[in-house]
Amino acid sequence: MAIYDTRLRRDKFYLGLCYVAVAIGLGWLAIILATLLFEGIRGLSPAVFTQMTPPPGSEGGLLNAIAGSLIMTFLGVAMGTPLGMLAGTYMAEYGRYSKLTIVVRFINDILLSAPSIVIGLFVYEVMVVRMGHFSALAGAVSLAVIVVPVVVRTTEDMLLLVPDPLREAASALGLPRAIVIARVAYRAARAGLITGVLLAIARISGETAPLLFTALNNQFFSTNLNAPMASLPAVIFQFALSPYKEWQQLAWTGALLITLAVLALSIAARVLQMGRPGK
Amino acid sequence: MAPFLPRHPGRSHPRMAGPPVVPGPAGGYGSSTTQSYRENVVANHLAIDNAGPGSAEAVLAKALAGFKLRDNAFHLLTLAAAWAVLILLGGVIAALVVGSVPAIKAFGFNFLWTEGWNPVTEKFGAMAAIYGTVVTSIIAMAIAVPSAFGIAIFLTELCPYPLRRPIGIAIELLAGIPSIIYGIWGLFVLAPFLQEHVQPGLISAFANVPVLSGLFAGPPYGIGVLTAGVILAIMVLPIVSSISRDVFETVPAVLKEAAYGVGCTTWEVVRSVVIPYTRVGLIGSVMLGLGRALGETMAVTFVIGNAHRIAPSLLAPGTTISATIANEFTEAVGDLYTSALIALGLILFVITFLIIAMAQYMLLRLRRREGQ
Amino acid sequence: MSGMNGVTNLAQGRVAEEAGTAGAPTVSNLNPKVAIRDLKFYYGDSLALKSISVPLYAHQVTAFIGPSGCGKSTLLRVLNRMYDLYPNQRAEGEVILDGVNILRPEQDLNLLRARVGMVFQKPTPFPMSIRDNVAFGIKLYQKLPKAELRDRVEAALVQAALWDEVKDQLNASGLSLSGGQQQRLCIARTVAIQPEVILLDEPCSALDPISTAKIEETIDELTENYTIAIVTHNMQQAARVSEHTAFMYLGELIEFGVTAQIFTSPEKKQTQNYITGRFG
Repeated sequence: MAIYDTRLRRDKFYLGLCYVAVAIGLGWLAIILATLLFEGIRGLSPAVFTQMTPPPGSEGGLLNAIAGSLIMTFLGVAMGTPLGMLAGTYMAEYGRYSKLTIVVRFINDILLSAPSIVIGLFVYEVMVVRMGHFSALAGAVSLAVIVVPVVVRTTEDMLLLVPDPLREAASALGLPRAIVIARVAYRAARAGLITGVLLAIARISGETAPLLFTALNNQFFSTNLNAPMASLPAVIFQFALSPYKEWQQLAWTGALLITLAVLALSIAARVLQMGRPGK
Repeated sequence: MAPFLPRHPGRSHPRMAGPPVVPGPAGGYGSSTTQSYRENVVANHLAIDNAGPGSAEAVLAKALAGFKLRDNAFHLLTLAAAWAVLILLGGVIAALVVGSVPAIKAFGFNFLWTEGWNPVTEKFGAMAAIYGTVVTSIIAMAIAVPSAFGIAIFLTELCPYPLRRPIGIAIELLAGIPSIIYGIWGLFVLAPFLQEHVQPGLISAFANVPVLSGLFAGPPYGIGVLTAGVILAIMVLPIVSSISRDVFETVPAVLKEAAYGVGCTTWEVVRSVVIPYTRVGLIGSVMLGLGRALGETMAVTFVIGNAHRIAPSLLAPGTTISATIANEFTEAVGDLYTSALIALGLILFVITFLIIAMAQYMLLRLRRREGQ
Repeated sequence: MSGMNGVTNLAQGRVAEEAGTAGAPTVSNLNPKVAIRDLKFYYGDSLALKSISVPLYAHQVTAFIGPSGCGKSTLLRVLNRMYDLYPNQRAEGEVILDGVNILRPEQDLNLLRARVGMVFQKPTPFPMSIRDNVAFGIKLYQKLPKAELRDRVEAALVQAALWDEVKDQLNASGLSLSGGQQQRLCIARTVAIQPEVILLDEPCSALDPISTAKIEETIDELTENYTIAIVTHNMQQAARVSEHTAFMYLGELIEFGVTAQIFTSPEKKQTQNYITGRFG
């Protein structure tokens, strides 16, 4: 019986540790979100959305940073999504069983997890050095490079979920392959494809490292793609590490804005996912 | 990041089903419907070729030709896109190598084990950065892996069913929070907390222990290698947990019931059946987490202290490869300085590439077995 | 139908066999190892077993037959409270094992399962060596010296009629065996912990005829030490191996009796219809 008691105690102990792990994990999340909310809201005011980033020691807002982030995110997604979707389409449709697909899938999954700072270096070498200066376009390109693997992966996954009989029925009507894919497969996988794009946007919303040496930063409002542009992450980076109280407060508020955006996108993606039939 | 993407609970991945039993025409689905469709098309082509201009067949011919063009164009387009992904990776490697050339020429392989980093005399060595990268990652994995497994076990064996989805989603939200948020949270909240409440305790607790006192020597800065490791752990946790959970769910219920049937407690079932069964997948998940830890930039940059030296104490400031690049790149003056930083990036990329490739390979093997 | 004749012949053969011994066993002169009384089982809100009462006699094989979905596997899984793993499954009523109701909330489940073993439809060797598979259960409950453990493993494998085939490869993985061998490994694993009751849930349905025959022989020999309940959709198998048979339909126990009698002259029309293949 002694052995049995030991077994029961060991069972309780280790399973208890599992409960502790969950509590810690959830606890972290709660603490981080609570701090973010608390500190960020303190600085939240209309000024944040109407004024530019201030020089050290004075009040201001984040308008140029927000605008810059929006512009570059939009461009990054606009450039990366078509490429990603087309590649994913090839992998799921035309090249479903080809060797190229296997290789691309492998490489893609590696790119997916690659450090984003390396992507920044890549775009620096390829664009900034060539052009001779930092630019928002380079920033957008680096974001696009991060978007591509995410979209490739989700596109392929979602298209593979579309049942083949659906495609066959369309072919049987005499529709050419391209139309079958574009009208039938895409439409069937629509929710999933949109989910993929939302997740990609969420992913790049907070990306800092690649922007640091491509778009740099800009104290003023700019929509010039050929010049450095401010972005929320870059501004947060600069302001948080500074010794100025006003800058630090703006950094918190900026962080809150980014987090809210990312959470909203993630939740939207999940809601879309739940609405799909057959789940 | 794999867990960041939509999850497909409970379905076996369609990729895992092998090629169709009847291989179809090149590019076809492999079904007889498509076969006869193509036969019809051939028959129609013959009729069209022999038709006069302006006839119904000629109109049809034009339409079909248009279809074919669009088809081929689309096919080529997607093929080009697929190749573009490959070329992208090649481009990244090429760019890094090209950019590193000046540094490699100047320092050779000694770059890897020189500790000094002096922009003024232009003498650069990667050792301190590599050391910091490795140590922070080890700390992160040591904290994150057991916790992640614990969470995965909880979600698959212990958690009441209605709570599984919400808690799983909450853990994944941790993965979605951008790393710069962790960075400033670490800098303004965690570091001061550790400095005041935890580090002094650690220092005095290990003060007289022979070997470990060196590891935990003061002064308590708050920021430093240990703090960076802790922040990294929080970031790596959701990845390892999410993949482990997916992997645990592949264990057949019958197998677990067989273990319970012999009288095992829940922990014994997990330890003797679930974990050995999923061993390969668990290693894969750990390695993916490691890959993330190694490459993480913003969270670490804020709290590591940015000191280019190797100190024995974990409480001392240090640096990692990504933190170095992030902090110094925009101020790097001179080609050699920039090149040294790019060389650091190359080293990082090679390390993470290898680890992630190995992890993907292991997970692939596991998924293939599950598909059978 | 040849099927029915085959079953009848087998049953009559058994009756003849038993007639040779000191009087055919009647329900009254045997003692039940397990008495199931008024058992009801629910999946969520739907009633799957409707007031089942049936005995399992000591050192005998009791077969449960019936068409798919009649509840025979559900019933078996109550006997070792396997359903407890799943939140919306519950049982009401009594299952008395040696005078104690195992459905009571205070019942220790691990100890119960050490006394009531189960072999599943699909062979489920653990991901470890053959020796470790068999020793697994033993090591849970007893700390034995190496030699004794070795002997116990060998004894279990002998009982499962697997020893001769694997004695030279005890370190090989359990998964490297054929389907029939894996199932016998599972039987060895179950008998290694020396339970009192063994539950067999369609143990041969995934196996070829030769493996099936080997396992049926094993079942016969196991009755010397254990009480056995077997669920099977193969009537001939029920007739071959069991002394008592219970026929179930749509969650109810239709008839229970001596196997020979059930297959030759069943009392209920439904039993008759099932056995003659009118439905099922």
